[in-house]
Amino acid sequence: MTTTTTPTTPTGTTATGITTTTTRPPAAGIGSDARRPDGIPKVRGEFAFSSDLHRPQMLWGRTLRSPLPYARIRSIDISGALALPGVAAVITAEDVPGRATYGLISSDQPVFAADVVRFVGEAVAAVAAETPELARRAVAAIEVDYEPLDPLTDPEDCFTRDPIHPDGNIVRSVPIRFGDPEARGDVVVEGTYVIGMQDQAFMGPESGLAVPDTDGSVDLWVSTQFLHVDRDQVAACLGLPEEDVRVHLGGVGGAFGAREDVSFHVHSCLLALRTGRPVKFVYQRDESFYGHVHRHPGTIWMRHHATGDGRLVNIEARIVLDGGAYASSSLAVIANAARFAPGPYRIDNAKIDAWVVRTNNPPCGAMRGFGAVQACFAHEAQMDLLAAELDIDPIELRLLNAARTGDRMITGQVLEGPVPVEECIRACVALPMPPARDEDRLAWPGGAGRTADAADLRRGVGFAVGYKNLMFSEGEMDDAHAACRLEAGVASITSACAEVGQGFVTIAQQIARTVLGTPDVVVEPASTATIGTAGSTSASRQTWMSGGAVEKACREVAEDVRAAYAAVLGLEADQLEVVDGRLRSVAGATGAGMGAAIDVAVADAVPGRRFESSVRNRHAPTFALDRFGQGDSDVAWAFVAHRAVVDVDPDLGLLRVVQMATAQDVGRALNPLQLIGQIEGGIAQGVGLAVMEEIVMEDGLVKNPSFTDYLIPTMLDMPDVEIALIEQPDSRGPFGAKGVGEPPTLSSTPAVVAAIRAATGLALERVPVRPQDIALARKV
Amino acid sequence: MTTDGPMDRATDDDTVDSGIYELRVNGGTRVVEGAWLGESLLNVLRDRLGLYGAKNACEQGECGSCSVLVDGRVVCSCLELAAACVGTDITTVEGLDPTGALTDVQRAFVEAGAVQCGFCTPGLVVAAHELLDRRPDPSELEIRESLAGNLCRCTGYGRIVAAVSAAAAERRAAAGGRP
Repeated sequence: MTTTTTPTTPTGTTATGITTTTTRPPAAGIGSDARRPDGIPKVRGEFAFSSDLHRPQMLWGRTLRSPLPYARIRSIDISGALALPGVAAVITAEDVPGRATYGLISSDQPVFAADVVRFVGEAVAAVAAETPELARRAVAAIEVDYEPLDPLTDPEDCFTRDPIHPDGNIVRSVPIRFGDPEARGDVVVEGTYVIGMQDQAFMGPESGLAVPDTDGSVDLWVSTQFLHVDRDQVAACLGLPEEDVRVHLGGVGGAFGAREDVSFHVHSCLLALRTGRPVKFVYQRDESFYGHVHRHPGTIWMRHHATGDGRLVNIEARIVLDGGAYASSSLAVIANAARFAPGPYRIDNAKIDAWVVRTNNPPCGAMRGFGAVQACFAHEAQMDLLAAELDIDPIELRLLNAARTGDRMITGQVLEGPVPVEECIRACVALPMPPARDEDRLAWPGGAGRTADAADLRRGVGFAVGYKNLMFSEGEMDDAHAACRLEAGVASITSACAEVGQGFVTIAQQIARTVLGTPDVVVEPASTATIGTAGSTSASRQTWMSGGAVEKACREVAEDVRAAYAAVLGLEADQLEVVDGRLRSVAGATGAGMGAAIDVAVADAVPGRRFESSVRNRHAPTFALDRFGQGDSDVAWAFVAHRAVVDVDPDLGLLRVVQMATAQDVGRALNPLQLIGQIEGGIAQGVGLAVMEEIVMEDGLVKNPSFTDYLIPTMLDMPDVEIALIEQPDSRGPFGAKGVGEPPTLSSTPAVVAAIRAATGLALERVPVRPQDIALARKV
Repeated sequence: MTTDGPMDRATDDDTVDSGIYELRVNGGTRVVEGAWLGESLLNVLRDRLGLYGAKNACEQGECGSCSVLVDGRVVCSCLELAAACVGTDITTVEGLDPTGALTDVQRAFVEAGAVQCGFCTPGLVVAAHELLDRRPDPSELEIRESLAGNLCRCTGYGRIVAAVSAAAAERRAAAGGRP
């Protein structure tokens, strides 16, 4: 950053008393590895997570949950609980004053089950007591008389069995007919792929604090991804006007989709209003498994048709995802699974039938890459099958069919903006391979168990490509507000964007620093009480949407500063320009106040005044899919390629992921360090789905609701990650950036499984791949 | 039919008042009053002593988010009975540096991008301190093996390993060894 010094005074002040130059150090702006503003409090243990909140006179809330997957409630007797000393309130469905149900897209889930329970873990009642232990005892003292019903737990039964919910058993079907759906190719491959139920398994359990106000309104501090949609649902269920429910972001311990739906939100506010005291909820880990939605498990049949030289001709697919008892975001998930079914390839014909159905299994909803993750596992397995059938290198087959800008999706929508599929594939392939096997047996499959025999170990390499839309689709309302205030050289940014760990707070600071030329940027707490919606922290949308809103708000402030500064100097506004956060005199401009060339940080130009701007950012309109699944449903997409190297002991079924390599379409890297964190973290979740993560269900019962039995990758399970960033700026995103959160989870799972297939020769059509799937497989 | 909820566990009557006892925490003496005999060290630190640095992620010793040092050993405070820690020296993330300054490990976590949501961070910082105090020159595999009991869901661990490696290198350099 160059600074021109004025000759008038050594301090850079003109005769008019206005600063025209500044020498502040370069700000940690766009493109830098700016460090998180919450990093230091977090390493010191001082950052207040929602489970750390407390107030004097606070009560502890707890939920009674159904032990049965499907049952009629004959009666609920709360008298035993109410009689316990230290119990302040017990509430059930009849205590809900407003709407009896909630839901992200369709309001079909009861706040408390009234007559029927539809999954194990459904909320039936809640209590508030003086201590967590008393709350637990109060819950245990509630008597519920259930009449068990025959649970519907096989998704295929949904089509024929009586409805288990007034809204029916088919939550949504998405048919797609594109081109000639009956087109035939010279070569045909087909397979049926099964995806297990994955959990987001964030570290910070659901928690928060509801504080009643004497005027009948309520404040809720909560871990969430979407403050305003929480507010709307809570207010409706409480029967209060929206402004009487103020939802504030409590410190969030990870999210990954599981915090889009409300959990105890309504319960805590009801109890707080009932008792007149603050009520805190903290789910324990097992309750967390019951208390939030999971990634949809599913079965996907696919048939690919290709020409003899490997060009895709047609894709047929039948997709059934298990949505569990309530809709949550199933409507969006199934649309993703359907329209991303082919993967990022050019294809002229498609015949897709996709359903998301209702069962008495736990509700499923959003998880990182929702819908596209399931489809990617299937289409990439198919691409490898096709390559084998054609005797073409799998990477060459993908390059041959790679989509480009201007190609049509199977929804008929033309892919706009950068579509660097080929670049992702080539860059990923070019990344260095890992060294040969480590001498240290700790690094072998089985690790400290030291069970693997060197002679048995086989190494496999797998490759996969994925893509997904960014932002909300299908005409759904999708906007983001942000405000900027500039005063005394300090910029304050207000947004209701939920910081869940992804680093939006850093990105917001970087944008403001770059636009306003100040290192001093404060990101205010996120709350429904201070600003309009930011939309959800999901669908890889916040950098684009709320980051874009922050950029617009800051640019409006910069324009106001330019006008004010020009007026002070007696210049026309167009004699000044805003460049990289600085006000500069346009070449050749002269004026009364212009003793010399002007070059001053926007933030420092008019220090005595306050400038404010508030904006609403919207993307181009999107449209619903028609009855043939056709329509311009999406705004933008991101593309990604993954390569996995895996060592396997086929006899023991043990494996170790040795290396992951990825090339990702990021538009522009706004913060490379945070970007690497998103990529590595997303890959870990993809590796987890590939080889260990599954909620095991049996007759509607979750068998493993704990970190003892639901395994997520540890530091030993995660390999080194080689990363190539593909930077082709998308002019519609802030500074050219695309969303980056979801792509790492898309094709990492199929790449790992492809590597295991390469090492073992097994078909492995199901994830996660378990030891018995390898060791006990019928060897071909 | 009536059944217990899915998360109800059979528990003994652990609400017996343990009376008053003292814990030595972060170099000072703290009085614990009115706690029940069965309360975990994690509960007592958080809800009775107001030390919220140790986190409650699984409460069964699987995730390491509640890691603290007891007489220099790293333990899951959710698995320790608070009353059984009488007479020990307890160090939480808040007390790693007696002066309140950032420790080398804490600084390295911030600088290396090892923090995202941060819920696992205090436990990892405590465990990394214990590792580096015990073994100042760990290999990457030793870091991974030693810290495998601390789960993180955000980072994929890459930047955490980088942070611990950087802190180790800084200690070696300060000791006059190779950087």
